[in-house]
Amino acid sequence: MNTKSTFLKNISGFFIEIGALGRFAGRFFKELFSRPFEFREFLKQSYEMGNKSLLLVGVTGFILGLVFTLQSRPTLMEFGAVSWMPSMISISIVREIGPVIIALICAGRIGSSIGAELGSMRVTEQIDAMEVSGTNPFKFLVVTRILAATLMLPLLILIGDLIALVGSAMVENVKGGVSFMLYFNEVFEALKYSDLLPATIKSFFFGFAIGLVGCFKGYNSSKGTEGVGKASNSAVVFTSLLLFIIDFIAVFVSDIIYG
Amino acid sequence: METNTEHTNTTSISKKEPVIRIKNLCKRFGDQVVLDNFNMELYEGENLVLMGKSGSGKSVMIKCMVGLMEPDSGEIEVLGKNILELHHQEMDMLRAEIGFLFQGSALYDSMTVQENLEFPLRHHKKKFSGINTDALVQEALENVHLEKTKEFMPAELSGGMQRRIALARALILKPKIILYDEPTTGLDPITAKEIILLMMEIQKKFKTSSLIITHDVDCARVISNRMILLLEQTNYAEGTFQELSSSSDPKVQAFFK
Repeated sequence: MNTKSTFLKNISGFFIEIGALGRFAGRFFKELFSRPFEFREFLKQSYEMGNKSLLLVGVTGFILGLVFTLQSRPTLMEFGAVSWMPSMISISIVREIGPVIIALICAGRIGSSIGAELGSMRVTEQIDAMEVSGTNPFKFLVVTRILAATLMLPLLILIGDLIALVGSAMVENVKGGVSFMLYFNEVFEALKYSDLLPATIKSFFFGFAIGLVGCFKGYNSSKGTEGVGKASNSAVVFTSLLLFIIDFIAVFVSDIIYG
Repeated sequence: METNTEHTNTTSISKKEPVIRIKNLCKRFGDQVVLDNFNMELYEGENLVLMGKSGSGKSVMIKCMVGLMEPDSGEIEVLGKNILELHHQEMDMLRAEIGFLFQGSALYDSMTVQENLEFPLRHHKKKFSGINTDALVQEALENVHLEKTKEFMPAELSGGMQRRIALARALILKPKIILYDEPTTGLDPITAKEIILLMMEIQKKFKTSSLIITHDVDCARVISNRMILLLEQTNYAEGTFQELSSSSDPKVQAFFK
């Protein structure tokens, strides 16, 4: 009975949270189109998220391409299909693995940082201080961060994908003697518009989810320093779950559209 | 001294017009009643100290006053305007007349001291049209005797310096009223005394009306013209420091032991 009631409480808590997140997203769109737009803060956040995540994304992408190629090579060799390597790697990285892995990395890097920053601002009354000074803290802190995450993530994913392909090309160059020129010729021949477009659209949604959940958790955090830790942690956990849900929907929709 | 009654005219200040008038303020969180029919008046040029135990609702009351929290019932009149009836923009305009010193200073830690001080100015440009922002920042820093800290980040400053910068930020819009939420909490006795002296200096210079929330008896003794004790969710006792500290009521006495 006790387990059942705890389970029901958790389920209802989850749906209450989803409802609150929906209202938070609604407020974001409402505030997004009202003046004034905090352009300086938006640029600052774009720099923080984009530039400062670049190294992490680059290293992750490079290792991803490297490992993926090394792991796939023996199997493809067994079937005499090693020449398919560039097309197989490029399609899987661009369509699926690149966006998902880089979005997950960014959920850890960007989502937790937003959650912790806003959470700490909430508990130290900095958000209240903004409101008292006549600034709309939602507009200044939340709108700029969500927008920056939405626009920066596709760029990071694009760069990450490219570096992953460089990593893959390096393995092929060392192990199979394939030149970079030939490798990338094969890659660009294999990739179609229908591979790039859904992945790019999907990555905007990934960025939006990372910014939205990070801001939601941080902005509504409470209970002192413990709340800041919780905000940061649950931002990452909740975003990761949301990313997979978005990915599933995106794959489902693009499958209907492109067949 | 009077307990739980209407206001006493203890000083000449109280003959002036009230800049803040609170009537029958009630606030509860779930089943917990925090404020129950709380009444208060802050007069022009007065230093009113509001004392109460931790968790007695002092900070809730002060937050209701600037619209950070909404009371369940009651009236809050600031500079003749009922804040519960104000639109968002009108409230923002009114907030330019109220300086707020937060308990933990609440400086924006991703901004320099200069940016912290400039922040309130961005949304109240009309009030200072034609006046150089740098000059206002410089003046605010001079008021708190920290002229050379413009480029510092809040984390690079001591607790006392942070409190001074927060005071400079509260002053930069040249408000008519300053609300202090536990201005000496977390500071050592010497720094606390410096902050109290600075508050007095500022009050003298700008002729502001101040509401000081504290449980620091020394602070209350030095700075108050009048005091209110917040006890049992309401204004339990009211009077000067002398009157309250010599009260025979054991509940009032407990604050001064």
